[in-house]
Amino acid sequence: MAKKLNMRKRYELLTRGLGWEPTYQPKEKVFAQEAYEGIKITDWSKWEDPFRLTADAYWKYQAEKDKKLYAVMDSFAQNNAHLNLADASYVNALKLFIQGVSPLEYAAHRNFARLARQFSGEGAQIACQMQSIDELRHAQTQIHTISHYNKHFHGMHDPFHMFDRVWYLSVPKSYFDDASAAGPFEFITSVSFSFEYLLTNLLFVPFMSGAAYNGDMATVTFGFSAQSDESRHMTLGLEIIKFLLEQHEDNLPIVQGWIDKHFWRAYRLLGLVAMMQDYFLPESPMSWKEGWQIYFVENAGALFNDLARYGLRMPKYHEIATAEADHISHQVFGIFYNYIHAAAFNLGLPSEAKMNWLSEKYPDTFDKYYRPRMEMWAEMAKEGKRFFNMGLPQLCQVCQIPMGFTEIAKGEPMQVAYRVSEFRGDKFHTCSDGCKDIFDHEPEKYVNAWLPVHQIFQGNCGGATVPDVLAWYHFHPEDGGDYAGSADEARWKAMKGTAASSTAAAKTAPADAA
Amino acid sequence: MSEHKVFMIFQNTADAQPFISAFAQENSAATLDYQPGMVRIEGLGELGITQAVVSELAGREVNLQELHLTLISLSGNIDEDDDYFRITRH
Repeated sequence: MAKKLNMRKRYELLTRGLGWEPTYQPKEKVFAQEAYEGIKITDWSKWEDPFRLTADAYWKYQAEKDKKLYAVMDSFAQNNAHLNLADASYVNALKLFIQGVSPLEYAAHRNFARLARQFSGEGAQIACQMQSIDELRHAQTQIHTISHYNKHFHGMHDPFHMFDRVWYLSVPKSYFDDASAAGPFEFITSVSFSFEYLLTNLLFVPFMSGAAYNGDMATVTFGFSAQSDESRHMTLGLEIIKFLLEQHEDNLPIVQGWIDKHFWRAYRLLGLVAMMQDYFLPESPMSWKEGWQIYFVENAGALFNDLARYGLRMPKYHEIATAEADHISHQVFGIFYNYIHAAAFNLGLPSEAKMNWLSEKYPDTFDKYYRPRMEMWAEMAKEGKRFFNMGLPQLCQVCQIPMGFTEIAKGEPMQVAYRVSEFRGDKFHTCSDGCKDIFDHEPEKYVNAWLPVHQIFQGNCGGATVPDVLAWYHFHPEDGGDYAGSADEARWKAMKGTAASSTAAAKTAPADAA
Repeated sequence: MSEHKVFMIFQNTADAQPFISAFAQENSAATLDYQPGMVRIEGLGELGITQAVVSELAGREVNLQELHLTLISLSGNIDEDDDYFRITRH
């Protein structure tokens, strides 16, 4: 019997020598997207495979991961384990997740399938095929897991419809559409490196640890199950960067430009995660700033030190992102506190205990800038003057977040930051130097941005009133607003037996869960 | 110092235990940081395990690629074969 092949050999047989030189059509027509971005590849066989996972091992391990996950989901449902949550306000983190993150997984699935088709190197094709299947698995397992919560809580009934329309979901959507509308090399630099390698730990690791901390074992399991694939994706992100830089020196400025751009775009998107981490979790294992320190400052510092041999430097404006770590979650919370009546999740002002935790975690900023604001809002609400912003905000033309960020790097954290560019006689506003640079580099692209506020004013979003627009989003009246007094809170209290009437809560059960 | 930091993060489960223990045993300078549901193993320059040690700890023949079942994240350059797995950054 022949000797068993070792891992290197097995993987080599899977990923090399399977391609062929086309004869019916010229190669540049078969792989039509490979050249136009200006990236020069001289030898695809130099591709170093990230993990050496062969197809049989891949299917075996993925099947085992799914088996474990579905066993946990079944027992979670059988045991009504949502009742073990620290508090139902935690579910708002899941709402934001299913609305804003799961559709990204599906978009990633489609785009990695495109890459598997468009790259001519077999090693890269195999890695992208596996990732495409992984991303579909993530979207599916997230929908399955969160469907249990949809039976009991609001706002999770139509996330894919919402994703294409809702003002705050245009933030993740526009980031991903930006990458999807680019060529294959820019897409993979954006998603695999700038997002997955540099920043995805910030999304999944503290989020899932937070889920564990708050009694949500189903989410812990899908999150960690997805994250086990993510480790493979991150290594793909690192490999693609090294590969591009080793192939040709002309690739360096192009790749650096993409890293700069997509780091900033992905960072801006993570502002939503920062708010979630500091304000949505009843029990927080780690603040946004602590996560940023461990997973960006230390980790990316080590990574770029490693990549310096290729001439690559840290992404532009990384030091601004680090300076903003003291502020960003509080500022994003402030924006959502203004507009929570137009969201499909609930939010509440932090309790005294939570504010003390924030003071401890943000000793330089929370008490000085943000606690007084929270206390004033609490005071106003007590007097029956809860402040909702009924106007529509100006949005950043690039990240699409309402213009609420401030001049932190300039030492003026109370001064709202505005940048203006002119293009073809029109003015376009951006929230930061990072977003302005992105706009100025490709204005033809960003003048076409689908900005939710502009679209509402143009009459493209179901009508002219707030209820019209929310109906067009497929929101129900009970989906948004303050957590205190919300339908979810009433239902939670009824389920936990702490409210007098369970019939009142039953009436407010989400219609779509029936 | 932190320029050479590498880490592995595992789910804190029974299935992951032989891997976690092997990292602790085979990398005397590694630190283990337990967070809810997970453990982060951190080292400088390099972290590695061998198939022999993981199998010994598990009490059965372990395929090192089983680490994919419980791995959450990592940082560093991967070098792997049937009998070892390591991440490095020098």
